[in-house]
Amino acid sequence: MAVYSWPSREATAVIGKEYDRLDGLAKVTGAAKYTYDVNLKNQLVAVALGCPHAHCKITKLDVAAAEKTPGVVAVHIFEHAAVGSEVQWQGELLAVVAAESEAAARAGVDTIKLEFEELDVFTEDENLDAAEKAERTGKGGGKTELEREPGDDDDEDEFIEQEIARLFKASKYVVEGYYGIDAITHCCLEPHGSTVEWKDGKLVAYLSTQNVSGTDEGFARDLKLTSDDVEVKCDYIGGGFGSKFAPDYWAVAAAKISKETGRPVKFLLSRDQELKIAGNRPSGYMRVRLGADENGVLTIWDSHHWGTAGYKGGGVSQTVMPYVIRPKNYRRIATTIKSNTAQSRAWRAPNHPQACAMSQTAIDDVAAKMGANSYDVFAANLRAGNVDSQHPDAANTYLAEMARGAALIDWKANWHAHGKGKSRGSIVDGLGMALHTWGGTANNSDCRLKISPDGGVESFCGSQDLGTGTRTVIAQVLAETFGLGIRDVRVNVGSSKYPASGASGGSTTVGGVSESHRRAGQDALEKIFELAAKELGAAANSLEAVGGKVRVKGTDKAISWKKACTLLGLKPLEVTASYKRGDQSTLSSSGVCGVQMAHVEVDKETGVIKVKKFVAVQDQGLVINPKTCKSQIYGAMIMGIAAALYERRITDPKSGAFVNAELADYKLARLGDVGDLVVDLYEPESERSRGVIGNGEPPAISPKAAIANAVANALGVRVPVIPLTPKRVLDALAKA
Amino acid sequence: MSAKRVVTFTVNGDQVEILCEPRQSLLEVLRDDLDLTGTKEGCSNGNCGACTVIMDGRPVVSCLVLAVEAEGAELRTIEGVACGSTLDEVQAAFLEGAALQCGICTPGIIVQTEALLEENPNPTEDDVRFYLAGNLCRCTGYDKIVRAVQAAAEKRQVAASN
Repeated sequence: MAVYSWPSREATAVIGKEYDRLDGLAKVTGAAKYTYDVNLKNQLVAVALGCPHAHCKITKLDVAAAEKTPGVVAVHIFEHAAVGSEVQWQGELLAVVAAESEAAARAGVDTIKLEFEELDVFTEDENLDAAEKAERTGKGGGKTELEREPGDDDDEDEFIEQEIARLFKASKYVVEGYYGIDAITHCCLEPHGSTVEWKDGKLVAYLSTQNVSGTDEGFARDLKLTSDDVEVKCDYIGGGFGSKFAPDYWAVAAAKISKETGRPVKFLLSRDQELKIAGNRPSGYMRVRLGADENGVLTIWDSHHWGTAGYKGGGVSQTVMPYVIRPKNYRRIATTIKSNTAQSRAWRAPNHPQACAMSQTAIDDVAAKMGANSYDVFAANLRAGNVDSQHPDAANTYLAEMARGAALIDWKANWHAHGKGKSRGSIVDGLGMALHTWGGTANNSDCRLKISPDGGVESFCGSQDLGTGTRTVIAQVLAETFGLGIRDVRVNVGSSKYPASGASGGSTTVGGVSESHRRAGQDALEKIFELAAKELGAAANSLEAVGGKVRVKGTDKAISWKKACTLLGLKPLEVTASYKRGDQSTLSSSGVCGVQMAHVEVDKETGVIKVKKFVAVQDQGLVINPKTCKSQIYGAMIMGIAAALYERRITDPKSGAFVNAELADYKLARLGDVGDLVVDLYEPESERSRGVIGNGEPPAISPKAAIANAVANALGVRVPVIPLTPKRVLDALAKA
Repeated sequence: MSAKRVVTFTVNGDQVEILCEPRQSLLEVLRDDLDLTGTKEGCSNGNCGACTVIMDGRPVVSCLVLAVEAEGAELRTIEGVACGSTLDEVQAAFLEGAALQCGICTPGIIVQTEALLEENPNPTEDDVRFYLAGNLCRCTGYDKIVRAVQAAAEKRQVAASN
């Protein structure tokens, strides 16, 4: 049995080197077929009716006219839209019309007669008092951690109050503040949906999914099949960000209509439906009081935050507060709010971006109150051990990354105390920073590897490539293992018929597929070495695969890779490998840090913010492909700028309508809105030796807090709620 | 429903004659009738730029152009950007510069870039950011796109001077 390991940095030929994405060619030529591009012969196109009201009881849903509309072939009413049912958010699909064309389906939808009784609506998730009055709140849990313990005779609640009061009294600085971050949506450019067909009683679903191996079960459960009767395919996906893990009831409906009509069905959500129902991130708002010593080291934190994850309540978990910088004495309480909005879905690093945005802004305000340099306050807290991070050597890693980030953004030269910078007309500039952490444990991953007697290498894995480089990473791992080039390896992902691999969420894919493919590769190589050993007259354990050859280490004695593979005889060598979470391994690990620093300009007359420069320093263990790795970080920074400055779900408090559910009004960052972005991969040997760790989530966490802190530094005034729209900037200045 | 019309235009050098309804967008015809699915649909109201094609030398969002308006036009889509099996400078720069990730916005951005470089072969960074501001990208990072456009412009300039 091979000992699974990575070669040293010096010994690698492929790993750690920059390679273009293997899927890039198809994407730059337009040849890549996304789910949205799949058109099957004789297919029907489905269009759905969404509920116009945010909370209502259905009293009538008459589809008779739709059924008679020219071109309409089938109409399906969802179970949750039956007369008498209560709908809890605007946009919820009620009925779907499948027709010969999209136009015919739309015409059919337009004839549906819907009547409903309006019920009370609540979407004011920032307004805790209103939520309480409307009886929409619930307990979100909490925790109190104090270094001193109550005596045997003390009443515990009384002790807690007295101890917290004592800690505040002993604090040199006390900050009280209000911070928040609105709900945003995933807004995938390729909307959720599928094209499905039945072949010999089995379902083939071309699904826009982050979970190729896991969604067959979802179809099977709802359609009363077994997973073997379902094949899910996804070669390319136009964005998911945590919202595309399940088939969703609309893809199941497409499968039902397809079965009923005997024709393929294409059903993708419209743009407004995509924003209204297919994924959003919970909001979070917080009142906090915190105390610090003369160096800005936090001594006590006392917070209450609230927000909504939708109609079931929920919100930002209390477990991540206060975020990364965590004093030894703290009390945190969370309240959940039931809002008439669609239930949230995982959004890059669930809970962390909001927790970071709420708590690290408060910590920055300690620096503001002290007139101190924010960098020094963050550093002082790290040195004092006020750290809660998943990285095993967090404080040192953050400090090292901060030093690198500061050099890249020229923190020393650009720093000024909060609100004390020089103005250029109405323009002021400022610096801000934030820290984050994430786990990223490798996901379960199986793969099958086939080595042909002609030297061909082909792998099969039920993972998916979100564009993040999964195919390329797998090819690099196999090429490195066999001493080949990445074009010598054929990688297959994107089908549930391949060996199962975990969903791409939580930064778990690169670790998982690296584990399974390195294991399969090393196992296969061991067998090839046994055959080559006889040919070379050397011991199998003295061989290595490098430069397209199988060679006796330290000698010129070698045979070509192709020659070695001919020794397999007539049949290919097939190897399967399996990695399960929790398996002991040096190939992958978990727990990262990450530091981001922003330099912004704010126009005090217009309230407009421009990001001049934005630096991300990120560790992620061993980097397989720096090019795709950096891409993930650039993307996260852009999403972060959008969420910091522009993105928000806006609802009408009276009707609950999601009023900006299309791209004209749901503002995202454009090319002119982002400044100079700098990505620095932190990979000293101490990090590299930890093995592979995913980085999809971590760089998406800090941008909001870093930018908000930079704005506060520029203005000398905190703009409390993110996104920092011009109106909010001007309101904050007027209030100051 | 209005009577269908015959519309004739060229796409990537090929003459095409199609029967379409007056309400059909050029995007719909390209994707559904001609199977040119490299042109993407992101919003259907001209806000994302994913459906950008070049029509008589000018970039247009094909979701806002009726197919009948393309009568007699010369169209160029992402499928017509490469020269045979060779990528053109813009495509190569996007690939090598990692200026794409999920890639669904990439065809529209590449086509818009082709129009930019046709109009202004040596754009400044501000020119690039302004000209491509109508193209939305949700996951890549625009920074790489700016670098790729500039790299392509430079490569094309060097090739032209040789």
